[in-house]
Amino acid sequence: MILNDELLSIQRGDQGEAMQKVLNTLIMYGEAFGAERMVKITGEMGHAVIGTGSLTWKPVFDLMEKLIDGGALPKQSFTTDPRGIEDHVPTTLAQKAVFKLIFSNQKRMEKEWERMGIKDKNAYTCTAYMNEVGNIPKKGDILGWAESSAVSYANSVIGARCNRNSGILELMSNILGYVPEFGLLTDEGRKADWIIEVKCSSLPEPQLLGSAIGFKCVEDVPYIKGLDKWLGTELDQKVKDYLKDMGAASASNGSVGLYHVENITPEAVELGEKLIKPEARVFVVDDAEIERVQASYPIVWEDLNARPDIAFAGCPHFSKRQLAEWTDRLTEALERNNNQKVTVPTIFCAAPDVRAEFEKDHPDKAQKLKEIGVTVSGLCPLSYTSNPLTDKSNIITCSNKLRYYSRARFYSEKELVEILTGGEL
Amino acid sequence: MSRTFKGRAVVPGKVDAEAIVTHAGFNTLANLKTAGSFMNPKGVLKDHNNPEIYGKLIPGKALCLPETIGSTTGGMVLYCASCMKVGPACMLFPHKADTLAVAGAVLTANWSDYPIVLVDDLGEEFLEYVKEGQMIHVSEDGTVVVED
Repeated sequence: MILNDELLSIQRGDQGEAMQKVLNTLIMYGEAFGAERMVKITGEMGHAVIGTGSLTWKPVFDLMEKLIDGGALPKQSFTTDPRGIEDHVPTTLAQKAVFKLIFSNQKRMEKEWERMGIKDKNAYTCTAYMNEVGNIPKKGDILGWAESSAVSYANSVIGARCNRNSGILELMSNILGYVPEFGLLTDEGRKADWIIEVKCSSLPEPQLLGSAIGFKCVEDVPYIKGLDKWLGTELDQKVKDYLKDMGAASASNGSVGLYHVENITPEAVELGEKLIKPEARVFVVDDAEIERVQASYPIVWEDLNARPDIAFAGCPHFSKRQLAEWTDRLTEALERNNNQKVTVPTIFCAAPDVRAEFEKDHPDKAQKLKEIGVTVSGLCPLSYTSNPLTDKSNIITCSNKLRYYSRARFYSEKELVEILTGGEL
Repeated sequence: MSRTFKGRAVVPGKVDAEAIVTHAGFNTLANLKTAGSFMNPKGVLKDHNNPEIYGKLIPGKALCLPETIGSTTGGMVLYCASCMKVGPACMLFPHKADTLAVAGAVLTANWSDYPIVLVDDLGEEFLEYVKEGQMIHVSEDGTVVVED
């Protein structure tokens, strides 16, 4: 790999052993993919995937300490993934005790992040690109982010350039201020290997469409046709929310780091079918395929007829618009089903800054959620299931990401609303 | 009897280990998120979406796989598993390995006492040929010998 003078100096050890080792790690990583040079990160803020002080991640926190002690600190401020639990989320005493144990590195981790220059105490979310949080890259920015759903969003909806970096490497990239140039950072790497033709009778739910795409494309780039029929061509908040949820499902059920949506996402608008590789294959998603995908999910509850213990929505974290929309959906369905409160304790997940703005802008809706038994939390539901006691509980969700990583049972959004409000499926 | 495959040593090393094989993507977080802790001290694979390897042990094994999938914690989780001595001895891919798998192996090579060797580009036939339980011998130059 060809290094510039700044990086050659780091390689000689002029900025200390820790920086030298960080550079060598990134060189080894880049060379595995044929990278010939490092390119400067141009995004204003980084985003990391480490937000939970998990017991099993102690080696990560030891490594972070080594970097701090060695003077290897990020060049820019950053946000990171959500915390694992919050005090106001309902838990039993036993669950609380286990949470304390399994997240015993939380304080240590947060202290280390402070020393490394995290944006602020509210910077713990998987959707830092929301306006209320403010980590919003520009089109064409080079990023060194991790968090599969955030990388997918930044690449696809914003048009920034970021590989699917791993935890720790994203931190090292931001310490160095450079990333190796390959894959999704290059024009060629951003071309589509698949054409996805959406031929459903109505707009498919994003988490199901994303799952179908993730299963089929795995780590390839899809070019999706047909969604503008329902979504239109304006990239407003409603469309961004749809793409956020679709992308998260394709990134977790597969490894999709970038997708283009015809007439909607910035590169597809700019370049159209020039983005499609000549040898791209075609995959049709119709109603039958969506049904087949949902029916394929394993249900790992011991008692299939058991009553759900808790429900989660907002994985990835809800936008302010989604919090308002889901409040209305539940309110309307409760009235229709003659109920006052949700039938299952329910957690809506959103960034702390988004939650605060929601409470400020929609105090009536925030109050309504409390009245009907819904808690709004900044936690990560995946981390919530790291606790063996909470993981054993019967969780229901409309998040395909949460379904994949836990014993949670998946229901479509429509089904979940009916279950929560006492309706019939 | 044995069969030899030649690949690219991304993280070179010498390994003799028993094969564990998945033909579907290996979701690192789903499999190993609690590995090495009191919740999963032995390193049992926990991805219920992948019945081919669910419930099997990973420590010290030669993991033969098409790619890793899912969360970008992937490389970091491999690094933690390695530090806690519940990681695979090596990862062997028929094609070019993905970013998260390479990140994990590179992190272990530079920052852990227990590096995970990674060899890719072994050819389509590798994953068709190798079976669970076969002994695998990996050389520094990326040569992989599968014993029948």
